[in-house]
Amino acid sequence: MYGHDFPVPDDGPAGGLLDQVEAAEAALRAAAGRGRPGPEDGSTADTDPQDYFAALIDADQKIEPRDWMPEAYRKTLIRQIAQHAHSEIIGMQPEGNWISRAPSLKRKAILLAKVQDEAGHGLYLYAAAETLGVTRDELVEMLLSGRQKYSSIFNYPTLTWADVGAIGWLVDGAAIVNQVPLCRCSYGPYARAMIRVCKEESFHQRQGYEILYVLASGTPEQRTMAQDAVDRWWYPSLAMFGPPDGDSTHSQQSMAWKIKRFSNDELRQRFVDMCVQQAEVLGLRLPDPDLRWNESRQAYDYTQPDYAELMRVIAGDGPCNRQRITHRRRADADGAWVREAAAAYAAKRTAERTSDRATVLA
Amino acid sequence: MEYLLGLGDDALVAAQRLGEWVTVAPELEEDVALANIALDQLGAARLLLGYAGELEGAGRDEDALAYLRSDREYRNCLLVELPNGDFATTMAKLLLLSAYQLPLYAALSVGADERLAAIAGKARKEVAYHLDHASLWTVRLGDGTEESHRRMQAAVDELWPYTVELFAADPAAPVDPAGLRSAFLANVEPVLETATLDRPADGWGPDGGRAGLHTEHLSYLLAEMQVLHRAHPGARW
Repeated sequence: MYGHDFPVPDDGPAGGLLDQVEAAEAALRAAAGRGRPGPEDGSTADTDPQDYFAALIDADQKIEPRDWMPEAYRKTLIRQIAQHAHSEIIGMQPEGNWISRAPSLKRKAILLAKVQDEAGHGLYLYAAAETLGVTRDELVEMLLSGRQKYSSIFNYPTLTWADVGAIGWLVDGAAIVNQVPLCRCSYGPYARAMIRVCKEESFHQRQGYEILYVLASGTPEQRTMAQDAVDRWWYPSLAMFGPPDGDSTHSQQSMAWKIKRFSNDELRQRFVDMCVQQAEVLGLRLPDPDLRWNESRQAYDYTQPDYAELMRVIAGDGPCNRQRITHRRRADADGAWVREAAAAYAAKRTAERTSDRATVLA
Repeated sequence: MEYLLGLGDDALVAAQRLGEWVTVAPELEEDVALANIALDQLGAARLLLGYAGELEGAGRDEDALAYLRSDREYRNCLLVELPNGDFATTMAKLLLLSAYQLPLYAALSVGADERLAAIAGKARKEVAYHLDHASLWTVRLGDGTEESHRRMQAAVDELWPYTVELFAADPAAPVDPAGLRSAFLANVEPVLETATLDRPADGWGPDGGRAGLHTEHLSYLLAEMQVLHRAHPGARW
């Protein structure tokens, strides 16, 4: 359903990254084949749990829900996976904003499928978080009360149809660059969820790229719309990789635990280098006058995003923070009677089964 | 052609309404399910409108038919264009629509027109799932809490008259709608009974949709759906 009657660099905008996802999947299988360190019967009774945890991480084996893990490791993962799940859910809003007005039936179908995928990603990420001993209800409650965050990028508005393209190309592109290394995350359920998510995200990026390609080679108005969207989404997308390495609070420990594999700045650079070539194919300009190839670094020099703005948006003062969370709270409140009814219905059925059984036994 | 427009417009307008639920459904699983059903209806609409355009032979494709006709040229039934209302209203609409579409597509899938039969054969499988989904929710809400029972009964009562139009006789049609009513009732009545809901009495029902005489709601729905496409005449997307 994702037609591609347009030129795509290599085998797709995220082609090389998909290979890395495949490689991560193969590594996961290989690690399972090697078996875990320790006695063959799997008994770990004699081993100090802390040592065993460290040995698993060292051997690039996955930590599974039944394994002992440091409390801080558990908390870090819950925070990170939940934030990721919340981002999928809140991220449905800016794009969902254009479902009703998508300019062709084909675009409407692709966008519906994409937003549906995001709800699905949210669901399996919540399920991955639940393996760490927290419930989805608790996590949703923390989102609604503002105690847990979602990606700040979704606090920017989608003002034109081209924004749907820019979100696909830049925001999903940045998300993939961020997430591909997570396919090798030391926590098994998260790594496996990310492999699945990344495969679908690459379709999302492709559809965004395709939207922009068609606009950029369309009428003058469409072209202007496409350039305007790229102008507005470029720096917020760069900010998605988080603060510069020196200011990042969680990074070092996460690297040691192999939750995180590359620093914020490394990933940001990778994203910039990927986008430059793609922007050329699109015929759109990245809004950075200082963007140029650096021969000695073998990478592009670029202007950093405004991190003060990032901090303001994270703190709650972005263009759409209030709107996004109000929308989510309203949906939650409006649906309460439906969820209560479903629970009441299920309870009646359980009670009937119990009394049937009692009758049989009597 | 008019007949195909009726089928295609039912599916398209239903998809447009269902799409409004995405991000506001009562639970995440329902965001996924409603988007899925919207996608099915949209898929059927594209095939039906594309075919209608080919039969017309005037060069109109699915987008020309979807985006460049006014409400007076739309041929959908009134049921699908009504606002979503609460979740009970949406489920009642889906129950009634899919209970009608299922025997309709089943009959068309063995009809003389092979192209239409193939479209209907695919849509029939999807609609069976829609009916199942709507039936489950009708039962849960009808036999859930006092509040959900009250809302579900009100929704069924409000929408029942709109089913009259679905079965208005049209002997010239590939499948005469008048012949589908008993199958429709066989789909709906047991669900209402299990849901502890009263089946509304039959009586007057509004009509006009198939002739392009709609409720006041359709023009707003189309205004929103068509705004971007119409703002850029001739553009490709």
